[in-house]
Amino acid sequence: MAGVRAVGILSRFATSKYSRLSGHGHRSLSMSSSLLARTYANYEIKDGVAVIRINDPNSKVNTLSKPLQAEMTEILEEIWGNSAVKGAVLISSKPGSFIAGADLNMIQACKSAEEVTTLSQEGQKMFDKIEKSPIPIVAAINGSCLGGGLEFAIACQYRLATKSKKTVLGTPEVMLGLLPGAGGTQRLPKMLGIPAAFDMMLTGRNIRPDKAKKMGLVHQLVDPLGPGLKSPEEATIQYLETVAIEAAKNLANKKLSVKKEKGLVQKLQDMVMGLPFVRKQIYNMVTKKVMGQTKGLYPAPLKIIECVQTGIEKGTTAGSLAESVNFGNLAMTSESLALRGLYHGQVACKKNNFGSPARDVKNLAVLGAGLMGAGIAQVTVDKSVRTILKDTTVEGLTRGQQQVYKGLNDKTKKKAITSFQRDTTMSFLTGQLDYRGFDQADMVIEAVFEDLNVKHKVIKEVEAVIPPHCIFATNTSALPIKEIAAASKRPEKVIGMHYFSPVDKMQLLEIITTDKTSKDTTASAVAVGLKQGKIIIVVGDGPGFYTTRCLAAMLAEAVRVLQEGVGPKKLDALTKGLGFPVGGAALADEVGIDVAAHVAEDLGKALGSRFGGGNVEVLKTMVQKGYKGRKSGKGCYVYEKKSKDKKVNPGVEEILKAYQLKPAPSVSGDEDVQYRLLSRFVNESVLCLQEGILPDPVQGDIGAVFGLGFPPCLGGPFRFVDSFGADKLVQKMHRYEEVYGNQFSPCQLLLDHAKDSNKRFHK
Amino acid sequence: TFVFRMFNIVLVDGVRTPFLLSGTSYSDLMPHDLGRGALQGLLNRTGVPKEIVDHIIYGIVIQEVKTSNVAREAALGAGFSDKTPAHTVTMACISSNQAMTSAVGLIAAGQCDVVVAGGVEFMSDVPIRHSRKMRKTMLSLNKAKTLGQRLSLLGSIRMGHLMPELPAVAEFSTAESMGHSADRLAAAFGVTRVEQDEYALRSHRLAKKAQDEGLLSDIISFQVPGKNIISADNGIRPTSMEQMGKLKPAFVKPHGTVTAANSSFLTDGASAVLIMSEEKALALGYKPKAYLRDFVYVSQDPKDQLLLGPTYATPKVLEKSGLTMEDIDVFEFHEAFAGQIVANLKAMDSDWFAQNCMGRKSKVGVPPMEKFNTWGGSLSLGHPFAATGCRLVTTVAHRLQKEGGQYGVVAACAAGGQVFLPKYTYAQLARADTEYSRGATVQVFLVHSFGLFSVHVLCMKMTMCKSVQKHF
Repeated sequence: MAGVRAVGILSRFATSKYSRLSGHGHRSLSMSSSLLARTYANYEIKDGVAVIRINDPNSKVNTLSKPLQAEMTEILEEIWGNSAVKGAVLISSKPGSFIAGADLNMIQACKSAEEVTTLSQEGQKMFDKIEKSPIPIVAAINGSCLGGGLEFAIACQYRLATKSKKTVLGTPEVMLGLLPGAGGTQRLPKMLGIPAAFDMMLTGRNIRPDKAKKMGLVHQLVDPLGPGLKSPEEATIQYLETVAIEAAKNLANKKLSVKKEKGLVQKLQDMVMGLPFVRKQIYNMVTKKVMGQTKGLYPAPLKIIECVQTGIEKGTTAGSLAESVNFGNLAMTSESLALRGLYHGQVACKKNNFGSPARDVKNLAVLGAGLMGAGIAQVTVDKSVRTILKDTTVEGLTRGQQQVYKGLNDKTKKKAITSFQRDTTMSFLTGQLDYRGFDQADMVIEAVFEDLNVKHKVIKEVEAVIPPHCIFATNTSALPIKEIAAASKRPEKVIGMHYFSPVDKMQLLEIITTDKTSKDTTASAVAVGLKQGKIIIVVGDGPGFYTTRCLAAMLAEAVRVLQEGVGPKKLDALTKGLGFPVGGAALADEVGIDVAAHVAEDLGKALGSRFGGGNVEVLKTMVQKGYKGRKSGKGCYVYEKKSKDKKVNPGVEEILKAYQLKPAPSVSGDEDVQYRLLSRFVNESVLCLQEGILPDPVQGDIGAVFGLGFPPCLGGPFRFVDSFGADKLVQKMHRYEEVYGNQFSPCQLLLDHAKDSNKRFHK
Repeated sequence: TFVFRMFNIVLVDGVRTPFLLSGTSYSDLMPHDLGRGALQGLLNRTGVPKEIVDHIIYGIVIQEVKTSNVAREAALGAGFSDKTPAHTVTMACISSNQAMTSAVGLIAAGQCDVVVAGGVEFMSDVPIRHSRKMRKTMLSLNKAKTLGQRLSLLGSIRMGHLMPELPAVAEFSTAESMGHSADRLAAAFGVTRVEQDEYALRSHRLAKKAQDEGLLSDIISFQVPGKNIISADNGIRPTSMEQMGKLKPAFVKPHGTVTAANSSFLTDGASAVLIMSEEKALALGYKPKAYLRDFVYVSQDPKDQLLLGPTYATPKVLEKSGLTMEDIDVFEFHEAFAGQIVANLKAMDSDWFAQNCMGRKSKVGVPPMEKFNTWGGSLSLGHPFAATGCRLVTTVAHRLQKEGGQYGVVAACAAGGQVFLPKYTYAQLARADTEYSRGATVQVFLVHSFGLFSVHVLCMKMTMCKSVQKHF
């Protein structure tokens, strides 16, 4: 699904898991007088080089917090005042984190843009001092070096990085609706050139060490070590420190020079960039591209361009001022608040709140080698879990195994893994047509056809062969789990695991528990999902659970909009204009028109007229004619290989004509159409919270954004209600209700929030 | 059904060609030429009747495609009987160890009484191939029936097709070169550049001394066809710490510690040994040089422990045979890199490593240096991959004889592919036993096991041997 793209942006927040290691806590610190016991950073002088070690005692990662900054300033003053110190090394004692960024709470605590601007200026000042340091400072990077951490590092005279898997560099601020506010917008263009700096800051992408070296972001790479006389993590940090001290000494005695001979390409690029006309073209081009991608919904990228431009055209002083002021302003925008909310929500949804399961899932079986089943198998074998992929036909099985192989092979082609890793990963997969080996399975995930009878047949067959502890998870997008569990001998072991297609790209996993599902079963399902790298929401059982239900409400409205004569292309433009990564019509094609029809009919039956609006017959007719969406080559659009420009399917235009509705002019303006779509989605979300399907608004927001592509700039339906105003939304809905009836009746919880403006979903 | 025999297995003798730096006097030969030299040398030195040799096993790492069963080509060329079967084995730097242990297996299984084992490596010429695309086009060209088909195939050749494919520099499973791995290993054990250079210098000095004193008696002269006679190794170069200190790191730049001077060099050379059941050797009137007593193969993580095999395998083989480090009189460890040897010595001396990586209660213990590689090693003598194993075993036998020791141990680490293609690490050990009652010969007993499965198989054989013996 193309929805991945925008959502994918959010996936790249650095949330790697760090092994808990004491680091260098036991290091003998006694000899040096310089070792006043500080909390966040300490230093010792080794061979004339001050080794500054950062280690936040309260967190698994180091963040650039106020106390760390204060201690760092003290240390630097001491070092600069000590004539015996010829150089310095900045290193973290934590194996997985250099400095993962600025402390977000520091920004959260600010009441005004001015306060945030002051924060930014303090950071700028500190890094300016480091840049002008009389002695060389070497940043020795191992683990995440992001945001403020990266800005710290690029202010240093020299950078070393380990080639560890955990080492990533980047400026992810843009993904939080912010900009690099401590000199990043000024230093990066000078260091990397304007195009590379824009790419880095505007995408916020993580940069691996090899790439960082190529770009000129770091000077030297150090290999991670295996076990020797210490654990690999400790040995690597110590090695890095040794190499960094050597580099600091060599810089101090001029054996090592930072200046690199520029290659011809670089010289040419510099020359071209020297032309104001060319630079102007670049600013325009980048702005245009940003506007195209963001539809102007995200202010941060534009401000980044502005800061870079100011710095280059008017000098660093002006640029730094622009940087700090814009940083302050951005921190106060609703978009930044929304994105930061998603960041925190995502971190929260990567934890298992149900405790550790009684046993680890070591052997997993997937039933059905279709798109979903194979996808589930792929993300499972990827984490070295033995996985059986079972299908009923050789053709189906072959296709499924090919899908897994292709997924891994694509990674090989991109050099994310080696062909050897691909092959060893594949070795965890067993494809078969029978139930051999199911007696060893710890969990079975079924992804067979969405039909209650088929599911019942499967659950009975499987329960006859699996061991008593084995969990039966069902991957369904709409069938209530308790109805499926009705055929089970042990409903406490039955749970819903709703994956999103394509499974290897979509980050969300919606876990559905019934009132009979045991806590251990839930814990186990969450543990498996986390292992598969998923962001997890755990919701209650009901027709369409949470995500499908919200989506169905919006799609029902989308069908009505189409029937009212808004073409698929216009519909897509309107939904994308809201910030959805994929338009409504294209989304239906991706999900599959048959699936949409199925869900619409089921939910219509279960939940009544609230799910009316568009006529289900439109979808059913499309299915009859074979327009099942992308998978069948035709849906709302015609899908042809190699053709970039999608054409609207003329067959669908005919169907829509047959089911044509007369639009009501009072609620059919572009904005009204947008709010009709959005409000039905949001109202259904709030209703899910009201009914207890959703445990909390955070999971509601995460589910909507990561599973359905709800506009990240709005932060999810609940964040949207908070920022837009429940009263304003209810007003709009009442207007639509007058025309269309109960599909637009705001639910009680929404009405409560509309009445009392103090009521908010997010504090 | 097999009848397993509890035979004593003996090393009758071992020889090798001089080991030369690649690209020097041997450069115009082919691998089987050198193998022929070693095999012929063995025949001459032992005088073994050709017709009683039951089998010939030869090792090689980088194969010449024209002589893929190099054992057979070399044996026929050396004048062995065309009735003697010969096969080739490969197991990276311990290929000839594999040849010897295979020989031991054949004798123990009652299949053979007299086996010749050995190995050859020829790095002066390596197979450089056409690109895959080009090969595919050329193969299709073979099958093309019409002129039109041929022309269209020829027309499909692009510049890119013409890029040759060199033997991979990176190892297959981890994409890391062995030198790079050795550098990381040295760093993980805190081995300094100075320690490595000192060890390398020691190797060269000891080799020079052994050469000068005529101790390298396993060398047989080799007449390069149409050229001069080669009778000494040419890679022994004792220089000075200052000279060695000037070199830049060869793999990890700029801060690495492994250099050309503290690594083994690319070498051409071949070796061969004659292995028999003790009964047969005595019946033929030989005074065997050593018993081959036991062996172990181990393998570890190819990424971080590629070159740590000796540390893992040494205690295993000692415990298996009820010996301790103190009982051993002669140690011969293959020196791939000085950093690798020093790292292994440090690993053997580390309780942390023993407890966290080997599952042992305490450290393995370090071999005393006065017993360790005292006639030089691969760093100085050279390392023709598949020929090194036989050199190590023969050297143990000669040192035991010379120094009057009783037990010796051989250990070698290996990669999976070639010098540039490390894959798994195997360590191989031989234990020598001088208690040979009849005559003054010393006997080396050599046993390897390959991975867990093979260990089981081997243990089974051994137990069966014992029970059979008891029965008698």
